[in-house]
Amino acid sequence: MNPFFEAVYEVQEATLMAGRAFRRALSKPHYLREIITQMDLIGVGSILIIVLTGAFTGGILALNTAPTLKTFGATAKTGQLVMTSLVREMGPVLASLMLAGRVGSAIAAELGSMVVSEQVDAMRALGTDPIKKLVWPRLLALMVMCPALTVVADMVGSVGGWAVSSSLLGVPSSVYISSAKVALTYNDLIGGLVKPIVFGFIIAVVSCRAGLRTHGGTVGVGRSTTQAVVLSDILILASDFFLQKLIQAFT
Amino acid sequence: MAEQRTSAIEFHDVTMAYDDRVILDEVSFVVNPGETKIVMGGSGTGKSTILKLVLGLIKPQGGRILIDGDDIIEMREAELTAVRKKIGMVFQDGALFDSLSVYENVGFRLFEQGVPEDEIEEAVRRMLRFVNLEHTMFMRPSELSGGMRRRVGIARALVGSPKLILFDEPTAGLDPPTARTILELAMKLRDLEGVSSIFVTHRVEDIKLLSSSFATIGEGGDVEFRSEQGSLCLINTRFIMLKQGKVIFSGTDEELWTSDDPYIQDFFKVS
Repeated sequence: MNPFFEAVYEVQEATLMAGRAFRRALSKPHYLREIITQMDLIGVGSILIIVLTGAFTGGILALNTAPTLKTFGATAKTGQLVMTSLVREMGPVLASLMLAGRVGSAIAAELGSMVVSEQVDAMRALGTDPIKKLVWPRLLALMVMCPALTVVADMVGSVGGWAVSSSLLGVPSSVYISSAKVALTYNDLIGGLVKPIVFGFIIAVVSCRAGLRTHGGTVGVGRSTTQAVVLSDILILASDFFLQKLIQAFT
Repeated sequence: MAEQRTSAIEFHDVTMAYDDRVILDEVSFVVNPGETKIVMGGSGTGKSTILKLVLGLIKPQGGRILIDGDDIIEMREAELTAVRKKIGMVFQDGALFDSLSVYENVGFRLFEQGVPEDEIEEAVRRMLRFVNLEHTMFMRPSELSGGMRRRVGIARALVGSPKLILFDEPTAGLDPPTARTILELAMKLRDLEGVSSIFVTHRVEDIKLLSSSFATIGEGGDVEFRSEQGSLCLINTRFIMLKQGKVIFSGTDEELWTSDDPYIQDFFKVS
């Protein structure tokens, strides 16, 4: 198959997989235990890296923007700038990129290993649908946990921005907080939450599909893992552009 | 009028290819109820593909496959699930779920069906006793040896008492005593439980033992394995030999040993 048809075929298969996952989610069994386990692994398990990502991003935003603002005598606006960049862009994108690296790779490797050791075939042979048992819990968990973790990143980031502004840049706390408070509109908040839902969907679909199409033994598992992360990252950044455009169209 | 017995499995001119590579080329055979069909052939001749086709895990490009008289080619996934309930599959390396305990692995089918926990435990214990591994119940697959993993795989395939069992090279790479244990399990199922099966193998030792020994209940009520002396052939065991995706032999062990096909003679000479 030439690369173009292969790409089209992959898009088709990934779409079908996602469609089946949503369609079959309504019928029994619901696999609540698997869903909660995945939420715990993906959500709770990723808190530390998300906190670190958020804290440093907030700090760096303050560090980079304050000198520029100072030339205009507008350091009082540091809080506003940090919050807007964080909630609109940096929080959702960076949290999702971190999740693609940590969770997407793990999903592709786990499902890929299950495919090459015939566990997925065994599951089907025992009358269980792998889309429902393996894909759906991961898809739902990522679509819920990605926005939840983004909120954590945004919150920690705003604190990181405040810490850097007040300690290193000499912006008074009250000034930072009052400018941060007025920075955001409802559209920013909604946009900042819709994006990570889409990104979570992208990570889950790309990683599950990469895992389930694994072939060629352990080498194939490595290949699938790399593909899952790289493709998730690219699609997150590309879709971010279009989502931002879409959000702006409504504001 | 005698009752018409439906075949357990029928393959009619089944053709299977991956891209340009033909794996099975118009393969036809029938497995009668209670019969063990031993599928032989070298590596890459499509032996395991036959088992995946029986389960409906893959679809052939041509031909018809009947399980208990029902054509499974056009079936949807939900209908196939009902067919798969009648079939137990033993995978090459057991294919146990690494994240689950032996108990959860063996009882997997029952857990999925929402059977009450005490019934599951009873069924799992019974099956693990059948394969002599009751003590491994709460162990993880990673703690088991290769032979034990396959026996757990057999126990898992037997839960729900399927009338059709598929064995995918269950003895490959095992030491002779462990391989014999697995073959004896297959004989117990064939001779005492009356299950139909397809047994894929390329080992001559398997072929010889399965065609010359049988399981029976001894005077003390225990299972005994007796060897057939002489050339009397077991009527419930038949063979097919695959070569490059084609069936080049189909018949009894007697016919197999006396075949003058150079590939078959070579197969037994080299192995």
